[in-house]
Amino acid sequence: MRKQKALLFEMGRSGRQGYSLPSSDVPGKSLDELLPKKMQREEPPGLPELSEVEVVRHYTELSTRNFGVDTGFYPLGSCTMKYNPKVNEEVAALPGFALMHPCQPEHTVQGALELYYNMEQYLKELTGMERFTMQPAAGAHGELTGLMVIQAYHRHRGDHQRNKVLVPVTAHGTNPATVTMAGYEVVQIPADERGNVDREALKEAVDETTSALMLTNPSTLGLFEEEILDIAKIVHDAGGLLYYDGANLNAIMGYVRPGDMGFDVVHLNIHKTLSTPHGGGGPGSGPVGVRERLIPFLPKPLVAKKDDQFYFDYDLPNSIGKVQSFYGNFGVVVKAYNYVCMMGAEGLKQVSTDAVINSNYLATLLQKNYYIPYDRLRKHEFVVSAKPQSKKGAGAGDIAKALLDRGFHPPTVYFPLIVDEALMTEPNETESKETLDAYARAMEEIAGAIDEDAGKIAAGPYNTVVGRLDEVRAARNPILRWQEE
Amino acid sequence: MMGGKHYLPLTDEDRREMLKKIGVNSIEDLFSDIPDKVRLKSDLELPPAMSELEAVRHLSSLAAKNKHLNNCTSFMGAGVYDHFIPSVIKHITGRSEFYTSYTPYQAEISQGILQAIFEYQTMICKLTGMEVANASMYDGSTAVAEGAVMGCGATRRSKALVSRSVSPFYRAVLQNYFNSRGLDLEEVPLKDGHTDFSKLEEMVDDETASVILQQPNFFGLVEDLDGVGGTIHDHKAVLVMAVDPLSLPLLKSPADYGADIVVGEGQGLGIPPSFGGPLLGIMAARSRFVRQLPGRISGETIDSEGNRGYVMALQTREQHIRREKASSNICTNEALVALAAAVYMAAMGPQGMREVAEQCLQKAAYAREKITALDGFEAVFSGHSFKEFAVKVPGKPDDLNQKLLQKDILGGVDISPFYPELENTMLFVVTEKRTREEIDTLVRELEGWK
Repeated sequence: MRKQKALLFEMGRSGRQGYSLPSSDVPGKSLDELLPKKMQREEPPGLPELSEVEVVRHYTELSTRNFGVDTGFYPLGSCTMKYNPKVNEEVAALPGFALMHPCQPEHTVQGALELYYNMEQYLKELTGMERFTMQPAAGAHGELTGLMVIQAYHRHRGDHQRNKVLVPVTAHGTNPATVTMAGYEVVQIPADERGNVDREALKEAVDETTSALMLTNPSTLGLFEEEILDIAKIVHDAGGLLYYDGANLNAIMGYVRPGDMGFDVVHLNIHKTLSTPHGGGGPGSGPVGVRERLIPFLPKPLVAKKDDQFYFDYDLPNSIGKVQSFYGNFGVVVKAYNYVCMMGAEGLKQVSTDAVINSNYLATLLQKNYYIPYDRLRKHEFVVSAKPQSKKGAGAGDIAKALLDRGFHPPTVYFPLIVDEALMTEPNETESKETLDAYARAMEEIAGAIDEDAGKIAAGPYNTVVGRLDEVRAARNPILRWQEE
Repeated sequence: MMGGKHYLPLTDEDRREMLKKIGVNSIEDLFSDIPDKVRLKSDLELPPAMSELEAVRHLSSLAAKNKHLNNCTSFMGAGVYDHFIPSVIKHITGRSEFYTSYTPYQAEISQGILQAIFEYQTMICKLTGMEVANASMYDGSTAVAEGAVMGCGATRRSKALVSRSVSPFYRAVLQNYFNSRGLDLEEVPLKDGHTDFSKLEEMVDDETASVILQQPNFFGLVEDLDGVGGTIHDHKAVLVMAVDPLSLPLLKSPADYGADIVVGEGQGLGIPPSFGGPLLGIMAARSRFVRQLPGRISGETIDSEGNRGYVMALQTREQHIRREKASSNICTNEALVALAAAVYMAAMGPQGMREVAEQCLQKAAYAREKITALDGFEAVFSGHSFKEFAVKVPGKPDDLNQKLLQKDILGGVDISPFYPELENTMLFVVTEKRTREEIDTLVRELEGWK
């Protein structure tokens, strides 16, 4: 079963080709006449020479060495690996969407602008915000955009001393990294014994240097911040703003909206909540929505409508400017738009209902064999601690590898950091009860196997195309490209 | 009708059994941790749910309102281009083992995407002459911005110089990233559409972190960068070069000019323009910058039996490990687009890519000569074009484009708004896809204007 896969560079023959181009039909000139010799490349770039069939077989074989949502259960916590509807791919590939140039005159892209316009209305309704930009290309890009908008707001008011952003200990790593990228200082806020933001610590931390609090609600522990209104009041009373990380919005659609909780800025990960595929790492899309007072600072252009004509509004003198060359990942937004059209209000609420049922149900099943801290209602995800198993010799990372052997993609491991040996588990609404039952049985069996012979589990996986890969070696001796021997 | 039932496998019976197992009486109980005061009391106001058939009809009707590259002949570029896309690409990227997966945290079941990215990194290094590349950035503009910030981190300095010949789309994003972070950005002026190197020489000093140049530049001109790298390195500053990867089989490589960091827009590598996104940000560098590199990198290692395999390498640079000390906040990238680019490069190979580059060069030269020979149409700059050229037109570019659209031609991009000194100036691109007949038609239409 295990065999090494050749690299592209180890295949092919000189003289083979995998392309077909028409010949040039304009009167040709000599190359040197068009481009001085000293500007020309001397050696060809050394790319492989392959026939089309070799290319296709190579990548087809690679695809069989990859696990996607279509392959099986993928409860990777906070990544919302729900099923990606096929029809989304079809509509996004329509030439009238996929083959538009971003500089086309507005009257030739009315359908695209209408789609953006409608989507903005839907996202506003979903979140309780008053204006959205689709420009950010991913969630973390949305975070950066959101903080830039907040920064511009404070600066515009002459509030230049606000140089700190508060981030709870349960936040995704992108939050603190974003804070640094935006030129801010991070102040970490601990959690209380129920897993909520420690409000006493928050009160201590806020002052006239507070720019914002970034909060994920429900948190990465899958817990809803029960005192969200008090948290909002503490931050607002200090003159700070409240930033909503939308990574976990899948839990609460139709139940509660960030705007109603007091948030001033939100980003959505539409590749999570709104079903667009994750593409082996991307592309995603991270629209940012804001309350009224922050609208003037949004990136430009915004999409607007006048007399049934849609247009790009560049007349935003206080805008932060641009965060992407054009208008964001339009192709991804098309897929999410199609999803919202198909789900409707009732469907989206059912999504959150079923995501929460699945999460609480699976947690209940796993409690038989595993320790789950913060024992209270969960939203769409929960965190198992494999600390007891770890003491026996097989921790969260080893359990993950044992799950690979049993045909499942594991949860997110070793995160959030406040739980030892964490397995952050997000089942999603698109999974059946049978799948959850099968996963729970596999986890029970793994717990038993650890009791019996933890060393065997710690040496896995056994049924994958490669064995446990040596990450330490990759870090110590980085080989980051193929080179001729 | 409730929408999306076919994506929701739980039945009412399932839900009842599951609630019982959880130990709650109702769905409402599951949401009792949300304070009543903030609860949404009414239904979301969204349009009625559509069936799949209705949704496809609706989306198709929106798409039908747009002009696009299949029903127009495009001479529109400025960073996004109408290049030939081989059929194989969509068949590979359409394999759902790739497109429904995510960041390869679990390497043993992600060898497909990890190896594909490793190969992509290798091909980007071969094209640019760099020693390390990452798995992608969002687009050319964010790659430029992150490359310039990298230079600041590597030199521990806080000032960058950017040529005005760098795309205004890139400079806008760069400016924004620098503003936010409190870094200084100065613009190097133009001289006949090229970077004014004597000015650059005056401006670069021992406080300069990064110098950002573009090759070919925004106007499509190939700049003579010989010696520029040396000037920059004399001040221990970093040369960040933005490139068009499709020009590289033909043009002297960035490494030969002394580039330290190479960035660029990879959309030409088999990626549809999609109204400007998703695009592909290219990011490559000399190996001494590897610890400052943002984003995912695939690296080779071995498994427990000594077999070759791939993992995400050097993760201690990244946000999920390093948090506020990370080299960037990037998490989700453009991996599937990078895969498409890899398939493109594998299928086209060195000859195919060279032929594309040569046809661009020849066809653009032909069009430039014909257009600038017309009355009232002037070449704005002298110098050597790759596939784009700027032309001053006798009237408003918008009016000209309206006229061309009547013949289903997407004309050039009006660049006057970005360069107030260039009145009525348009940027035309001619890719390998354009035929002589299409170019001649454009020329005829231009000739008949006014």
